[in-house]
Amino acid sequence: MSIAAIAFFVFAAAVIASALMVVASKNPVHSVLFLITAFISAAGLFVLMGAEYLAMVLVVVYVGAVAVLFLFVVMMLDVDFVELKQGFLQYLPVAGVLATIVVVELIMVVAVWTAPSDAEFARAHPAPTAAETITDPNGPTNIEALGLILYTDYIHYFQIAGIVLLVAMIGAIILTFRTREGVRRQDPAAQVARKRKDGVELVDIKSGQGLS
Amino acid sequence: MADIGLGHYLTVAAILFAIGMAGIFINRKNVIVILMSIELMLLAVNINLVAFSQFLGDLTGQVFAFMVLTVAAAEAAVGLAILVAYFRNRGDIAVEDANLMKN
Repeated sequence: MSIAAIAFFVFAAAVIASALMVVASKNPVHSVLFLITAFISAAGLFVLMGAEYLAMVLVVVYVGAVAVLFLFVVMMLDVDFVELKQGFLQYLPVAGVLATIVVVELIMVVAVWTAPSDAEFARAHPAPTAAETITDPNGPTNIEALGLILYTDYIHYFQIAGIVLLVAMIGAIILTFRTREGVRRQDPAAQVARKRKDGVELVDIKSGQGLS
Repeated sequence: MADIGLGHYLTVAAILFAIGMAGIFINRKNVIVILMSIELMLLAVNINLVAFSQFLGDLTGQVFAFMVLTVAAAEAAVGLAILVAYFRNRGDIAVEDANLMKN
């Protein structure tokens, strides 16, 4: 067995085992940590497939941002997680049956599916450009080839992805924003619009009487 | 043992997808784990896209894996924001009691 095959089986086993633990773990904090393990192992699989840049993005975006966001929320919410775990065994049989059916079906699809032969593939994709081939060792690196098509052929998808992220950012801010009572903020407009008569009162005080 | 081919990666992705699906069923009360299960399913989709991209020699699959990644990140951000807002209103995150809009 080659090194690549051993690495594949190690990463694949790690992905599946940690995914199982994400689902089965009692403590959501442990679930998040197993999710991080699953993502890192999947990044290993991506490296094995030659998608180095996507592997790095997976580590940076998922482990660095999404999983940490999950961790924040899990630790921030004061929830009784033991209570939420009830019904686990109740739904386990139906979930197991469904998952088994899906796995068997998908694997049957994979088993009978044959990749198009080189001739068929060449007919379907006439003359792929240098940027589209990633198997050539002397060709552009993975990230270079991705950049060559991402910023040219797929520029609109790229911009739509940016808009999706912008909308998600605005949505998340609006959903979690609240104006709290009793917090004194600066209001420049009100401060500038303030007139002298609003703040200053001149009172003539008679001698010996005091104010009031 | 045969060489690692497309089928191996697709099998791993299929198992991962099924685990994510089962996770949604068995953690019906816990929204956080449901969101994590959705992330697992999206990861399985990404593995499929990258595997096909690699074995067909066409980078389009990796570009679309980026799109899936973007949508997954946006979905996690908005989903968790909804969760925080829900927790502020209810003091709880049990989804089966989520019937405020019904009444």
